Amino acid sequence: MADFTLRVRRYDPESGEAPYWEERTVSLEEHRSVLEGILQIKARSDGSLGIRCSCRAAICGSCGVRINGEPGLACKTHIGAAQRHSQAIGKGGVIEVEPLGNMPVIKDLIVDMDAVHWKKIQRVTPYLIGRQPVPEREYIVPRESMLDITQTMACIQCGACVSDCLSMEADPGFIGPAALAKAYRFVGDPRDDRRHERLLDLSEDPQGIFDCTHCFKCVQACPKEVNPMGQIMRLRRIASSDEQIVDANNGVRHEAALSTLIRDYGLLHEAELLPRSYGGNSWFGKFHPAAARELLSSLPAIVKAVLRRKVSPRQALLGHKLPPEDLKAVKAIYEHVEGRRSPHRSERYELNLFIVGEDEDGNESAPAGAADKEQSA
Amino acid sequence: MCSEAPEEVLHLEHIGVTFHRNDAGELDLRAFGGASMKRTAYVADITGQAILHVLYEQLMAHAEQVERYEEWFVTRLLTDEQGHCCGAIARDLRDGRMEIFAAKNVILACGGAGQAYHPTTNGLIVTGDGIALAYRLGAPLIDMEMVQYHPTTLVENGLLITEGARGEGAVLLNAKGERFMERYAPNKLELASRDVVSRAEQTEILEGRGVGPEGAGIYLDITPVPRRRILEALREIVNIGRDFAGVDITREPIMIRPGQHYIMGGVKTDVHGATPIPGLYAAGEVACVSVHGGNRLGANSLLDTLIFGRRAGAHAAQRAAQMALPKVPRSALLEEEAAIREIIARPSGGRRVSEIKLELGETMNEHVAVYRTEEGLQKALATIKRLREEAQGAHIDDRGSVFNQDVLGVLELSFMLDCAEAIVTGAIERKESRGAHFRTDFPERNDEEWLKHIALTAGEDGPQVGYADVTITQWQPEVRSY
Repeated sequence: MADFTLRVRRYDPESGEAPYWEERTVSLEEHRSVLEGILQIKARSDGSLGIRCSCRAAICGSCGVRINGEPGLACKTHIGAAQRHSQAIGKGGVIEVEPLGNMPVIKDLIVDMDAVHWKKIQRVTPYLIGRQPVPEREYIVPRESMLDITQTMACIQCGACVSDCLSMEADPGFIGPAALAKAYRFVGDPRDDRRHERLLDLSEDPQGIFDCTHCFKCVQACPKEVNPMGQIMRLRRIASSDEQIVDANNGVRHEAALSTLIRDYGLLHEAELLPRSYGGNSWFGKFHPAAARELLSSLPAIVKAVLRRKVSPRQALLGHKLPPEDLKAVKAIYEHVEGRRSPHRSERYELNLFIVGEDEDGNESAPAGAADKEQSA
Repeated sequence: MCSEAPEEVLHLEHIGVTFHRNDAGELDLRAFGGASMKRTAYVADITGQAILHVLYEQLMAHAEQVERYEEWFVTRLLTDEQGHCCGAIARDLRDGRMEIFAAKNVILACGGAGQAYHPTTNGLIVTGDGIALAYRLGAPLIDMEMVQYHPTTLVENGLLITEGARGEGAVLLNAKGERFMERYAPNKLELASRDVVSRAEQTEILEGRGVGPEGAGIYLDITPVPRRRILEALREIVNIGRDFAGVDITREPIMIRPGQHYIMGGVKTDVHGATPIPGLYAAGEVACVSVHGGNRLGANSLLDTLIFGRRAGAHAAQRAAQMALPKVPRSALLEEEAAIREIIARPSGGRRVSEIKLELGETMNEHVAVYRTEEGLQKALATIKRLREEAQGAHIDDRGSVFNQDVLGVLELSFMLDCAEAIVTGAIERKESRGAHFRTDFPERNDEEWLKHIALTAGEDGPQVGYADVTITQWQPEVRSY
């Protein structure tokens, strides 16, 4: 048994007062959960502290909160680990608990999931539209395909990824990580009849799959290893490579331009990025009218970036120079990855990150998203 | 239930449940306890979660036809002059507003009463609401003494380790490293039915062969299952082991013990989910169609829920088509609002709800568990009566309207006390051992006197005991052996 100090963000909508912090001490064994700490406060000293919770086993998804600024499940976070984390980030071992972000707070640790999370889930047509005719018995589908989408089925709708999504913070209309992971669950489901329509919809929506900025926050936040960002990247790849969708947002071309620039220069070539995005990969691309328009409208941002020394004009215009052996290494990575592509979607390199490292001592199942990291590195 | 099961599983498959496949792409099946062959379709070890989420997807698909009232709490069911159920009163947790819902039919689908026990595998919201609501309306409860202890719950905190682990090949070991099930059920071993395995474990623990600091546990060893298969099919318990017990189940055994998991009893219904009160239906753990007898087999709870949920819905729809929307007495709403106001305004100083709840749970887990005696049961009954008194004036801190979980706690506590009282009354009444109900003072099954259900109805001073016949169809009762 040890004492732990919880610093809880309180808010009572009926009081007319602003949210405030309140400290309470609980005593628990250190491998008990932060939720048990909160329940101890409720049981022993203040029953008015509001939190949703039920299963205590990271299955029901109701106790999503931010602990020391990081979103997660209160039931799955050890109170001892939370205390050490607090020390490590200079908060003196006091465990801060506050409601999830990006959603309005109803009371204390309870947020309005309907107003944000569920609305976005509803946006992605969140149900199977089965292929016709419906078979008399089960749909016959590859074993791997069901294992593959079980990763997104593991989502417990806790909202941890929504809480810290940076794109959603900047653009509240972004469909967001949880809902897009849910969308993959249907796109990746061979029984679904609307794969193309779903992908077209999510590609053409300016707040759809191309609104994600790869910040990895959702991957880190997810307590069930659903890897929402990874699912978004898979949606993009299936949309472009398999379904040949070229979206009006220029998302696909932009991604392709980025990829070829890195292949050619090893590093981002800022001046070439927009021309290639709009005009394609040829040298003449930069004279494409859309590229010029986009370049003009981006001028203020470019000037700002230069003034803040994010880029130097010389490097931006001429491109970065890598030593030849480094550039060779970069090209080798491309060859390796592209060489592993297969005409069968299910054998695509980045698929099924779910079960890896089996029967290899000391090699735990790699965190979901590892292979994606490799690719975007 | 069994004959309709395949159709139901296929229906779930067609609407999107991601059931795992065999190499031919067909539904794969898994072994569960008490069954003689593999017969359970599954989604890794999150079958229930997957079904729940897919059913919720369907609710979203039909959002225009089906209105949802989420985070509303029913405080009371209503009957009209003829004694037919005609609606419910519920409280919106978000703002404390109460509403009266007139209904041609009410279907209870709100689960069991696990929180009357501590520890339990059940969630904190499983507080016997539906069972108590129907009981208060006059519906009989049957088989309440039949409480299932699951053989594999974490010693640490009572969380569930799925039976699928044993289905995949995990074994149980005592402190001497013996696979003790060889002595209790030589043919079925770890896959004997749950009551048998739980009693075997409890016996090992009581006779000093338990593991762990106080000898209160048993080892569940999952390492005989290939690691790849564990990661693929038992993913959730890998997480539970890691996060809640600090154990890597792919490499070392994990400490478990029998723990409260399920109640076979509930509101008496027929095969259409209809209770004896016209207009009131119940399905799932809240109900007792009596398909599980005295001991439910693994995976049958989901099936019960699905089959009788569908049947109750169909039957209620048929009944609704022939009637007008009933009028509901507004006075009931005023009474309920007053009752809530009284709770919020009650003076401070009583015993805390959490303390009463904990004492209830620990009492039930001590005296109304795997092994029961007259003496222990009487003790439990006396404790429940005292706790009921204390609950009347239990202390609350929250005086607000928005998400007042203190008020909720008071209401849930009274539901749990009703359920606990019914469970103990049934257990005292049944002077034999059958299914999950084992009396050390009456260790034998006695078909002559006790091949009948105990039915409890609410009376002035506690449950009134009655009986109901057992429906015996194809299979004659015989001695169980494994």
